[in-house]
Amino acid sequence: MSQDLLYAIAIFTLAILVGVEVISKVPATLHTPLMSGANSIHGIVLVGAMLIASTADSPLSYTLAFVATVFGAANVVGGYVVTDRMLQMFRKKPAPAKAGSDGAPGAAANG
Amino acid sequence: MSQEWIYTIVFFAWLIGAAAFVLGLHRMNSPATARDGNRLSAVGMTIAVATTLAYLVTREGGLSGTALVIIVVGFLIGGGIGLQMARTVKMTAMPQLVSLFNAVGGGAAALVAIDDFLKVAGTPEETLSTAIFVVVGVVIGCVTFTGSLIASGKLQGLIAGKPILIPGGRLVTFGLAIVAVAGLLVLILGSAGTIGLDGPTSSLVLGLVIAAGLVFGVTMVLPIGGADMPVVISLLNSFTGTAAAMAGFVIGNPVLIIAGALVGASGGILTKLMADAMNRSILNIIAGGFGGGEGTMAVVGAGGGTVREVSADDAAIQLAYAQHVIVVPGYGLAVAQAQHAVRELAELLESRGVDVKYAIHPVAGRMPGHMNVLLAEANVPYPQLKEMEEINPEFERCDVALVIGANDVTNPAARRAGTPVSGMPILDVDRAKSIIVIKRSMGRGYAGIDNELYTDPKTGMLFADAKDGLASLIAAVKAV
Repeated sequence: MSQDLLYAIAIFTLAILVGVEVISKVPATLHTPLMSGANSIHGIVLVGAMLIASTADSPLSYTLAFVATVFGAANVVGGYVVTDRMLQMFRKKPAPAKAGSDGAPGAAANG
Repeated sequence: MSQEWIYTIVFFAWLIGAAAFVLGLHRMNSPATARDGNRLSAVGMTIAVATTLAYLVTREGGLSGTALVIIVVGFLIGGGIGLQMARTVKMTAMPQLVSLFNAVGGGAAALVAIDDFLKVAGTPEETLSTAIFVVVGVVIGCVTFTGSLIASGKLQGLIAGKPILIPGGRLVTFGLAIVAVAGLLVLILGSAGTIGLDGPTSSLVLGLVIAAGLVFGVTMVLPIGGADMPVVISLLNSFTGTAAAMAGFVIGNPVLIIAGALVGASGGILTKLMADAMNRSILNIIAGGFGGGEGTMAVVGAGGGTVREVSADDAAIQLAYAQHVIVVPGYGLAVAQAQHAVRELAELLESRGVDVKYAIHPVAGRMPGHMNVLLAEANVPYPQLKEMEEINPEFERCDVALVIGANDVTNPAARRAGTPVSGMPILDVDRAKSIIVIKRSMGRGYAGIDNELYTDPKTGMLFADAKDGLASLIAAVKAV
């Protein structure tokens, strides 16, 4: 194996450990946004699609690169926007009034 | 600037992007910082993508006009579609959208690997190590692509949510796995020079591997039931991350490797957390067909007992004069889209001085933590949402537990050995002083067994759809 590949494998292994360490602490409340956020991160494959587009030399290659770019871009843009929408909804309202009037809490301004 | 310098700068920009992903994920630890975290991650992505484009344009030889058009137009089309869907999707339909994004991500990873393979196949550049990453990337990417599409279709209701068992389906799945692995070995041996493969032949074998991977994704997810979807989506997400990392190895790009590994690891952990919360192994879930009638044991010592029905008015009186109420929302609430109704009821009760909390089982909803998102959408403040470990000791002090569309996760039979749900962590609803269950019928839950909670003398059943039941409760509480 080449030196480059060995280094790449080392990076891969360390990144997995970082991922495990970072994710283990996330509370269940945030599992859906977390998954959606992680989902947008693998949209990084868009960079891969751009790189293969730059070296494409046949109609087949161009087609593959084009479809990969469309897919990757949809993954990235959609993923981040939907995660942001989700997280925007998590809010801490002032502690609910124990008795009597709680007004019209939280009904306003969403979205 | 020399080429070397340009690449150095680009490389550092990629590293900054990767660091932003790690820090962004880290900030998802708390609801207060999660939104910033996601934005930080998005900034990292923008840096990585923009730098790549700048690099491709400025480096020696530049970018051909066609390639530039492909990148820009492809980005605008894909990004536009993604943006539109993300903006308009309803929060209840969000799991299928995330699954759809996951599918295209996996598809993109597979395409990158396929393209690279076609370029190097039969040339001296084809080495053993690239072949391994290419073929593994292709297989995982293809499986994720179709698997996530099927999962998305099931969640959307386009495909029946219940386990679909094709006769001999498992054999087919097994056979496809063998074809994929065999093809993989042939290609790897071919690239090592052990067996002679020319370009066209290896492309043919690759085509076979692609087809096997695509069909495998379908046969793997079809037999898995709707309630197991949180685990499956999480697993497929992890697969896509791995496929992206493999593509990173193939094209020698560090940011793909790091980002892919992060997602692969996080998806893997979430999958395990989900599976643990259902007390089932990941393999057991993938094997599918759980509780479809076969092999379901009779519940021993279910205590017989009769079911007591309660009217909305009686239930409303109990709720209105309680001090502590714990709401237990489940799959049924998500399906009926009753999250706004439950919030309305809770606020009504709070205005009467009742203390209301929500008990969220880890697998409630249709994807990990989905219930939290639905309730957050309905403006329920997150400090009221309690996780299982936190809320369980509180059931003893609670006057009324209101169970809405949750079944197996409340079944006390889980504490005994010898039932299909044995050992599954449950919410201790039966320890509440009084229990009200809103449910459409006495139908069984996903595990296919009777819930002993329903025959508990403390339990009153309010037979209704989650939304209608809550509406009648709200009206009745107002009238109290």
